[in-house]
Amino acid sequence: MTLASTSSNSPSASRLDAPPQALTEIVQSVLDHLGQLPGALLPVLHALQNQLGHVPKEAVPLIAEGLNLSSAEVHGVVSYYHHFRSEPAAQTVVQICRAEACQAMGSEALWAHACSAHAKAAAQGQVGFEAVYCLGLCASSPAMAVNGRVYARLTPARLDQILEASK
Amino acid sequence: MSASPAKLFVPQDSAAVAVGANEVAIRLQNAVLAGGKNATVLRNSSRGLFWLEPLLEVQTPQGRLGFGPVAPEAVQSLVDAGVLDLESNPSALEKALTHPLCQGWVEKIPYLAKQERLTFARMGITQPLSLSDYEAHGGWVGLRQALALTPEAIVQQVTDSGLRGRGGAAFPAGIKWKTVLGASATTGSSHPTQKYIVCNADEGDSGTYSDRMTMEGDPYLLIEGMAIAGIAVGATQGYVYIRSEYPDAVQQFEQAIQLARAAGFLGPNLLGSGKAFELEVRMAAGAYVCGEETALLESLEGKRGIVRAKPPLPAIEGLWGQPTVINNVITLASVPIILAKGAEFYKNYGMGRSRGTLPFQLAGNIKNGGLVEKAFGLTLRELVFEFGGGTASGRPVKAIQVGGPLGAYVPESQWDTPLDYETYAAFGGVVGHGGVVVHDDRANLADLARYAMAFCALESCGKCTPCRIGSTRGEEILVRLQRTNDPQGKTQDVKLLRDLCDTMLNGSLCAMGGMTPYPVLSALNHYPEDFGLTA
Repeated sequence: MTLASTSSNSPSASRLDAPPQALTEIVQSVLDHLGQLPGALLPVLHALQNQLGHVPKEAVPLIAEGLNLSSAEVHGVVSYYHHFRSEPAAQTVVQICRAEACQAMGSEALWAHACSAHAKAAAQGQVGFEAVYCLGLCASSPAMAVNGRVYARLTPARLDQILEASK
Repeated sequence: MSASPAKLFVPQDSAAVAVGANEVAIRLQNAVLAGGKNATVLRNSSRGLFWLEPLLEVQTPQGRLGFGPVAPEAVQSLVDAGVLDLESNPSALEKALTHPLCQGWVEKIPYLAKQERLTFARMGITQPLSLSDYEAHGGWVGLRQALALTPEAIVQQVTDSGLRGRGGAAFPAGIKWKTVLGASATTGSSHPTQKYIVCNADEGDSGTYSDRMTMEGDPYLLIEGMAIAGIAVGATQGYVYIRSEYPDAVQQFEQAIQLARAAGFLGPNLLGSGKAFELEVRMAAGAYVCGEETALLESLEGKRGIVRAKPPLPAIEGLWGQPTVINNVITLASVPIILAKGAEFYKNYGMGRSRGTLPFQLAGNIKNGGLVEKAFGLTLRELVFEFGGGTASGRPVKAIQVGGPLGAYVPESQWDTPLDYETYAAFGGVVGHGGVVVHDDRANLADLARYAMAFCALESCGKCTPCRIGSTRGEEILVRLQRTNDPQGKTQDVKLLRDLCDTMLNGSLCAMGGMTPYPVLSALNHYPEDFGLTA
């Protein structure tokens, strides 16, 4: 993979090998802000994902260059951690806990309901259901987070209500 | 009249927020404004009586009166019952006491009154970010004591208290600290010559939330514990590694650090002592195995969270190769009271070699789920039935998993065994981080065993073969075992599964692969009928 040149901003170059100017600038500003931290890679990836919703593949070589790492090292970290995504997320990200405490209170049925009742919205990218393994709300199971906001003591009907309200 | 406003408390803990606490607080605030009342709605931490959340507490001359669980829609009826007037109008009390949601005096609720709250003493009482609340309720006493002691004396106190790692491994904290105190930071590497304090706040175990509660509800306690650790071992930099599934805890703790620093409890000159301690939050990224200490260190260094072989121990070569104390949130949060009240005080709680208290966390299918801080030595039956009130569903309890996803399913024959590290280890159980997950009679233990292997396959860091491959093979065997009706095939698969578990137990690099067999084997041994086997 070629390293991106920061001066390249022609439309024809804004494909795989050279990222768009805007992305380059965003990555650079994140690196300016956090690049000097010891062990900066995770903070940099978090900051980027917070801004863009995901860590674009095109950002990987830029981050690598900025932190004096190889692209393989950065890619390795992005792909290792469940939290980081390389593709844009759905508009509404619904993380349903499927760990033991929530299983004991019907999270599997909740998960099945969510996936079938909202299949159309999911297919259209409006909502994305993801499994999460513990939100720390285990005394009020089952639980979920919708775009980072937590809900507990859920039932299928309550889930529908919350998703309807979050549209 | 210049009477001080009546105080109403609505918890801001995310478990309260998840069931509508913010909405309750807003509606109460609106009622105060609409009625022109002299009252203020404050956000406290949670008592940890989660089945009562949102738990509204109203300050009265006689103490705090509790109402819960308060749905947002119930706020109006509470206002009508006079909860905004309890402080100023004693005659309103009688009516409030008859409200169906009234739980009586909060401190007298048996669930709370029967506990031994040392680490969680302030929980539910204070406003989490209020420095004056923290100080008024015993905060910073331990730090001030520590600043007057030599590092050796601090470490001795922690050693004498008998405090062991609350993350699950139960390693004596004092021994760890002593090793770091005696080690020297190496010079000449590309990183600064310094020692580190790392707080493991990657609380990934299902059924546990005491770390989250501490960071959200009493953050200065953890800051104080870490500062004491820093002074004790000569470390000037600390990191708190908090899981990304806890965004509220991250935000709250970052604010607490800023406020503590501004007030001189962190920074280059702790309380004018000339001693320095800095603290930084690092957000994890959703890898369960990063709760293992060496994987956590790798992650902090900006790498994939892959487990390191030990030795070298992190106490000798930890973060960036430097001597590092790495402890769980509750371990560090237990230190201030040890310094404040002395090792003897703490040591007098508990049994055997398990000294002090453990915040047990009741979770899953349980009627009264919540945090129970008690000295070691109580039984699972007391926890689940006396405190927890049995299942939420009202059905019989079938299985109780103690100690997180890597803990055994404890059969009924052990429900009267005292909860103590050694006693549990003796029958193959794990106290771990104190999580207690209850399942009713609809649970299928073969499904849960399969889930344990699948979870290990999903979360294995991949470094060692028993865990990486064993978990996948284990899941396959369990799927097959559940599908086949052929007795001979079942017998063979059970043998294979036991062999595999043996390899994982003895051959894995860390607890991920090394303890996944605990839930699997305990399910197989105690619930064979769920696997289609005869007992």
